[in-house]
Amino acid sequence: MKVLVAIKRVIDPYVKVRVKSDGSGVETNNVKMSMNPFCEIAVEEAIRLKESGVAEEVVVVSIGDNSVQETLRSALALGADRAIHVNGPTTLEPLVVAKVLAALMEKEQPQLVLLGKQAIDSDNNQVAQMVAALTDTPQGTFTSQLVIEDGTAQVTREIDGGLETLELSLPAIVSTDLRLNEPRYASLPNIMKAKRKPLDILEAESFNVDLQPRQQVVEVTAPPKRESGEIVSSVDDLIDKLRNKANVL
Amino acid sequence: MDTRILVIAEHDNEKVSLDTYKTLSAASCLGDDVTVLVMGAACHNVADTLAKAQYVSKVLIAENEQFAHLLAESCAPLVLRLAKDFSHILAPASTFGKNLLPRVAALLDVGQLSDVIQIVSTDTVIRPIYAGNALAKVKTSDVHKVMTIRSSAFDCGETDCGEVAEVIEMNESVNNALSKYISTQKNKSERPELSAARVVVSGGRGLGSKENFAMVEKLADKLGGAIGASRAAVDAGFVSNDLQVGQTGKIVAPELYIAVGISGAIQHMAGMKDSKVIVAINSDPDAPIFQVADYGLVGDLFEVMPELIDKLP
Repeated sequence: MKVLVAIKRVIDPYVKVRVKSDGSGVETNNVKMSMNPFCEIAVEEAIRLKESGVAEEVVVVSIGDNSVQETLRSALALGADRAIHVNGPTTLEPLVVAKVLAALMEKEQPQLVLLGKQAIDSDNNQVAQMVAALTDTPQGTFTSQLVIEDGTAQVTREIDGGLETLELSLPAIVSTDLRLNEPRYASLPNIMKAKRKPLDILEAESFNVDLQPRQQVVEVTAPPKRESGEIVSSVDDLIDKLRNKANVL
Repeated sequence: MDTRILVIAEHDNEKVSLDTYKTLSAASCLGDDVTVLVMGAACHNVADTLAKAQYVSKVLIAENEQFAHLLAESCAPLVLRLAKDFSHILAPASTFGKNLLPRVAALLDVGQLSDVIQIVSTDTVIRPIYAGNALAKVKTSDVHKVMTIRSSAFDCGETDCGEVAEVIEMNESVNNALSKYISTQKNKSERPELSAARVVVSGGRGLGSKENFAMVEKLADKLGGAIGASRAAVDAGFVSNDLQVGQTGKIVAPELYIAVGISGAIQHMAGMKDSKVIVAINSDPDAPIFQVADYGLVGDLFEVMPELIDKLP
């Protein structure tokens, strides 16, 4: 079975982002970037499927400018076999990303596509569902357990109020939740080896997908700042403040 | 196209989710022609309940065993069939809405606006990005505006407004050979629902163990509140996953949020910083949580918590 994993390069999750003063977006110059944490989980799951003999090949793909090659190399260092860089604009809408991935599925014919449930920059939580729609395949979103058996995928999904298990026919699209696994670190020898693994470059334009945005970001602003509060000295003081000042008890 | 709004109801075939009522209230910011779609099995009660809700002008009911578990592969084709008559299609930004709506949007060949917190006009909304550290005002040029609504940002309309909307039967069926429902593991709790609670008490890594987490539960019970947790507490197995508050868990905005032994990572704050009053109890005076807390108590939670529980009526 071939597994395709889509990964995204984002601002590192531990960076405190700064909104640009002209309202055009957030500052990304000289800011630490890394693989989206949910994508790391997707890569890890694909590699585990390979290690357990379920998958033969793990192909990673990322869309953006040349900088995404670094992210792809780190996925190769973790154990992916081959990478595809779709060269195109860095910020594309989820629907466009989904269309490119759907076209790539046509070409690569994977039995399983793994994606993170959301990117921590745009927080959309859309791409996996859209790819599934465009390719008429089933979706296992917010997955915390994945079992491939008898030509089907059994997914346990994190839903409000608990867990839900579904059986999906293959090919299937699965988006990962935090609890699916604990991603590994790349070892130095593997990082060196990754440099020699194949990385193909395809042009986004070659997919016959309209890359034009349909949503215009009019303005990006900082959220309202909370007034800094006070430190109380004792439990009695706290109860008194909550009861008489904040009126919430 | 006239502004005609379709709201997809979330329910468990018995009860309408609170998130649905909040989505209705968001829909009312767009226009007054609001149709609600109820898909499910044996869900007439749900449809009848929604017919009484404020802002609802019509209820469509698609009752069929195929919709029993609201699988995206079953529901999306039906929504697609109805969509051409609507300018706006809304669902709550719950795991239900997040799962279904992007599939609908892609089938319609339109984008989606996720987790909308404010409706500016019929084509412009505000939504948080970067874990709520920035707010984007987004204008869409799509014919059908598809959006999920963050329920903590909208009030609940009246559940019984005195008028009853018309309920229309839809004899629709779909063919879903792609996915099959197997089972559900529900986490049962007597406490109020996390996203709807007036008071939320959350625990973090600082509690040290599952046994100690009982202090959080005790305090929540005294205050009639819900319990929440940081990712660290969930990962350590103190509580179940669905109680995680944060960027990737639940977003809450209660009147009172009490964070116990939670340092206040960016990802956690994303889920609670719109709470009206925030209290932090932590032994580390430099914990980032104190920067957003209205009242902070620096101290050993193993001393503070029993005292607090004891002194509350």
